[in-house]
Amino acid sequence: MSTVNPVKSEGPTPREITTEPRFSDRIFRGIVSSGGMISLLVLGLISLFLFYNGLNVFRSEGLSFVTSFEWIAESIENGTEASYGIGAMLYGTLVIGFIGLFFGFPLAVGAALFLSYYAPEWLKKPMVLVVDVMAAIPSIVFGLWGFYVLMPHAEEWAKLINKYFGFIPIFSMPGDFYSRSPFIAGLVLAVMIIPIITSISREVFAQTPLDRIQAAYALGATRWSMIRSVVIPYGKGGVIGGAMLGLGRAIGETVAVYTVLNLVYDIRPEVLLSAGGSVASLIVNKFGEATEPELKALMAAGFVLFMVTLAVNFVANAIINKTVRQG
Amino acid sequence: MDNEGEKDMSQTKVNSLASIAATRTPGTSAMGVGLEARNVHAWFGQKHVLSDISLDFYAGTVTALIGPSGCGKSTFIRILNRMHEFIPTAAMAGEVLLDGKDVYRSGVDVTKIRLGIGMVFQKPNPFPSMTIKENVLSGLKLAQIKINNSDELLEDCLVRAGLWSEVKDRLDQYGGTLSGGQQQRLCIARSLAVKPQVLLMDEPCSALDPGSTLRIEETIRDLSKTMTIVIVTHNMQQAARVSDYTGFFLSDGGPGELIETAPTSHIFSNPKDKRTEDYVTGRFG
Repeated sequence: MSTVNPVKSEGPTPREITTEPRFSDRIFRGIVSSGGMISLLVLGLISLFLFYNGLNVFRSEGLSFVTSFEWIAESIENGTEASYGIGAMLYGTLVIGFIGLFFGFPLAVGAALFLSYYAPEWLKKPMVLVVDVMAAIPSIVFGLWGFYVLMPHAEEWAKLINKYFGFIPIFSMPGDFYSRSPFIAGLVLAVMIIPIITSISREVFAQTPLDRIQAAYALGATRWSMIRSVVIPYGKGGVIGGAMLGLGRAIGETVAVYTVLNLVYDIRPEVLLSAGGSVASLIVNKFGEATEPELKALMAAGFVLFMVTLAVNFVANAIINKTVRQG
Repeated sequence: MDNEGEKDMSQTKVNSLASIAATRTPGTSAMGVGLEARNVHAWFGQKHVLSDISLDFYAGTVTALIGPSGCGKSTFIRILNRMHEFIPTAAMAGEVLLDGKDVYRSGVDVTKIRLGIGMVFQKPNPFPSMTIKENVLSGLKLAQIKINNSDELLEDCLVRAGLWSEVKDRLDQYGGTLSGGQQQRLCIARSLAVKPQVLLMDEPCSALDPGSTLRIEETIRDLSKTMTIVIVTHNMQQAARVSDYTGFFLSDGGPGELIETAPTSHIFSNPKDKRTEDYVTGRFG
């Protein structure tokens, strides 16, 4: 113990600092870390499973899996050879996602500003609750609502848009098919992504430093000019991140879109036309009666969708964290 | 023995503060009453924090408000330009008259009140997303005032705030690149741009080093030639150096009260109230 260490030439080295955790602490630590690890593990296994199953399709189709529009299952009776491409579906996914964002984003940011700066105290809590409950409505309910309630109205709106803006190619209409269009699917998505964008925007706005708000008011700012000069510049990044999380949700949305959208394996520029695409809906659509090789192709499609949503969410979180850290 | 020494020291302190204050000639530049507080009370929820404050601020003078922490000085000046009401549970009673008109009268546009009564805060708070130039002119944008000669106004405000020579070559840099003292002078320049009659300063130097503090005190002296200034300070040297009048606030556990107000030299040389004397000689607070 007390033996003198002979010749220590290199000066002091830092000691290892340890502590012996109590038994109860060890158990708790085990529980929470396994919870964290399991979610990581599940995420990893899912992507591995999809990738492994889709591997053969990726090999045989190559890049054309994401660029070509055809989705033809192998059929011996018809003598067709299999050809799988999700290009049109991928394009359609992005189109309806952006339509959803176009309508949902301004509404959500407006709702967040209202809740943060205009709503009277007694209204705030119930409103926040209502917005949060919107996120808990099952997506099939949104789908049915979209199909039976929204669509009859939205078709009329689409006709108006076509009448006044039909000269712009995306609003033109080659026939008279206004139902089940990307426009209507986008509107349903808009409603579905409002809660997440609203709650993130509210969180970011709430962090606006009070001294800047007071400085603006002390200079004779009106509420709106204060918001424009202080709150929005501060919260911009976080709000954009929230919008991207909304986009992520829109891209992955399956059942609601499947209910209202008419899937067509072609890229059509007209958003009011009853022809659209969605990778997630494609999978639901084909899954029931898919043959073994087609099933593999669907899994490959699932992998691509998974990667796209993962990337969108990753970027969104990075943006939000960066804004929040700026202080 | 110990008491003797203490008394000696406090006597010397009073003398030195009084001699600083005596260099100021109170009331010489007075142009009448600019801002008047009449029987002002304040509450936060059920808590009565200010009781019956009546105080005149003469136009073209500097009034310092001194007193220990928690005596309601800051609450009082925030009542003067209606910043008090941003605290959800805050309430007030009494009147604040600007040019004889109550700033709390019904139907008044509060943004106009705050244009007339500007405020500089304890912590420098320039807008970080704006350049130096945009910061100075931000009040015009915020209050939606259009002017033609913005460059002239920009220079004028920065000169009066004592910052022009330091920033004239970098007006397009962000306000956050300046030092703390420069940022505070930038905030003063920003307040000046909307041409207020009254400028309220809530411990404007408490976050700054002594050199920056002196610069700002010079600025306050210069500004007082053209406007009414109310400054809250914990630093009695500062009150003695910059103010014409001094008000002493105190709370004995209950709501804060205005114990005494007088020309600054009187407060430091010949205070009427024992409590004022105790405070300025450093016996408490």
